[in-house]
Amino acid sequence: MPQIQIPSPLRQYSGKQASVDVAGNTVGEALAGLVSQHPDLKRHLYTDDGKLRAFVNVYVNDEDMRYLQKEATVLKDGDTISIVPSIAGGGL
Amino acid sequence: MLKLTRSDYFALRQHGEETYPHECCGVLLGRFDDGGAKTVWRIARCANTRQDSPQNRYHIDPKELIRIQREGRERDEDIVGFYHSHPDHPAQWSVTDLAEAHWFGCSYVITSIERGVAAITNSFELAGTDEGDKKLVDEKTEVA
Repeated sequence: MPQIQIPSPLRQYSGKQASVDVAGNTVGEALAGLVSQHPDLKRHLYTDDGKLRAFVNVYVNDEDMRYLQKEATVLKDGDTISIVPSIAGGGL
Repeated sequence: MLKLTRSDYFALRQHGEETYPHECCGVLLGRFDDGGAKTVWRIARCANTRQDSPQNRYHIDPKELIRIQREGRERDEDIVGFYHSHPDHPAQWSVTDLAEAHWFGCSYVITSIERGVAAITNSFELAGTDEGDKKLVDEKTEVA
């Protein structure tokens, strides 16, 4: 069963859990399972039209899912999905 | 409130001096205290991947962040904030800093570097409930 790592700012919406085990054969199914278990996470991860927010990075183990098969990426037993909001900014 | 050890405080300022005239960046690891304060146990330096405009932009590779997050979990640490520098620019958050801030409840520490020397270090907490109402608010820093 894949495990999803929850970053610290989103744990208030995941029952304070740092990781959540979800069912799912693909990344998309796993993320759907996550928001099904914790509906308050949905608006932080997805736009109103159901697209993953641009600043939300999703990694399967150490690979960016954008460079795999995105949400159709097939998961293996023991895979870890990490949700990582982007870190950026600058003086101007 | 953000609590930092003196050595971490000076280390993040020194990082900004070393990368001048480019922005430095890094991660603050520690614990969210019950009273709402954050205690930093250690800092992790990161590379600024914004090669196109490193003098006024920073970006941390998510892959590096995942590694730091994983190491933190093994030590029972959370990511409680981030730091970066503003070379020859005030230690105040910019419109870009706010637009690119997404870690609610975390600290964003900014150090102004004036002609290569660390000047002022300020901390701001990302407050609000979502992208629509977020704001960076002044946060007291305790260095001990």
